[in-house]
Amino acid sequence: MTWDVCLQRVLRHGGTRFDLNVRFASDVSRLVLYGPSGAGKTQTLKMIAGIARPDGGCVAVAGRTLFDSACGLDLSPQQRRLAYVFQDYALFPHLSVRQNIGFGRRRGWLNPAPQVDDAAVDRWIAAFHLESVAWHYPHQLSGGQRQRTALARALVNDPTALLLDEPFAALDKALRHRLRDELKDLQAQLRLPMLLITHDDEDVHVLADQVVQLHAGRVVEAPSLQEAHA
Amino acid sequence: MEGAWVALALTLKVAGWATALNLVSGVAIGFAMARARFPGRDMLDALLTLPMVMPPTVLGYYLLVLIGSHSPLGSWLIEHLGIRLVFTWQGAVIAAMVVSFPLVFKAARAAFETIDPQLEDAARTLGIHEVAIFFRVTLPLAWRGILAGLLLSFARSLGEFGATLMVAGSIPGRTQTLSIAVYEAVQAGQDDTANFLVAVTSIICVAVLLSAGRLLPGRVAARG
Repeated sequence: MTWDVCLQRVLRHGGTRFDLNVRFASDVSRLVLYGPSGAGKTQTLKMIAGIARPDGGCVAVAGRTLFDSACGLDLSPQQRRLAYVFQDYALFPHLSVRQNIGFGRRRGWLNPAPQVDDAAVDRWIAAFHLESVAWHYPHQLSGGQRQRTALARALVNDPTALLLDEPFAALDKALRHRLRDELKDLQAQLRLPMLLITHDDEDVHVLADQVVQLHAGRVVEAPSLQEAHA
Repeated sequence: MEGAWVALALTLKVAGWATALNLVSGVAIGFAMARARFPGRDMLDALLTLPMVMPPTVLGYYLLVLIGSHSPLGSWLIEHLGIRLVFTWQGAVIAAMVVSFPLVFKAARAAFETIDPQLEDAARTLGIHEVAIFFRVTLPLAWRGILAGLLLSFARSLGEFGATLMVAGSIPGRTQTLSIAVYEAVQAGQDDTANFLVAVTSIICVAVLLSAGRLLPGRVAARG
């Protein structure tokens, strides 16, 4: 199984209580988690990545078990080796594009130097056509450049899978079309399992091999690709 | 006038040490208070902020009770380490540190709390361990706020009077800082000395404020 996820968590915000109980398994390489805002999509993705803590359940990605409350296994996000693209990209504002992309290549206490000489960083900058803005800071970038930088930063460490949280929500419509196709090509090139969450039908149509639909913290149906396109 | 320069050097030494110690303790405790959730957190925050509102003489009294030669801690320090804090410049450092600590602590806590936790999460998914995240993401992003607190703390330490007088006394050349020297000069009717000391103090304070103004917006412009 490429994706085998079963997660429970009770979230409390003030007086309200939200029960998240998500279970899905799939063997496709492009899986889309689809649902309205507040359905628990982002929470689910964060628990898969290990940056939010579930109450119980299990997570296995690409044949590797990352979390299993039954046997007390809980890999840290650092050990999970999953690329994560945040909804607003979460680029480090104090670092240039180059330093952002090279961030995960250095494990020590210091950030990569602005002049860092790293073939892997150069390769990703070229792959995403970021040469002209390599020295710029995130606030100087356009939405599309931000997204590409976030993707490059996540991919530079040879992750085992790619997780994307509404990657096109912050972009205008024309750009969204283009970047969707780019992402599709990229995924095909890298053959990297990809889990994308969205509330946009278009994302589902273009990018999904299979859809898992989430509503109020539960999987309501898991239609096949044909049904999703129907 | 010779004495004025000695007082100036001593004041800068005391304020420098107090600020350096506050840098470490204020950042560490500010970070812990920004992140940790535990019962009594608000109470602890109030206690740590208390030196900002309490009269310095009251603080000085507390310090005497705590580290004075007859206190358990004070006598232990003298017996085992040979360290005497009362009526020494080190005592003046502790007085200045306690009085100005809330300025660094508050600034650091506020700076840490404004950082988007997603940035730290992003660093985690990139395989960076927690200590490195603090030095590579958290601290650089909070640095401007902390620096502002440090400058205020330095300025506050320069002008410290009440607690310093209580703990360190007013020994010329050893514990007599600028602000205490001014008081002594006026009491003794030495107007020339007082004028000179006041002028020196004023110039330093203006210089600190100017450098603070130059340092902070400059960094804003560099970052955008």
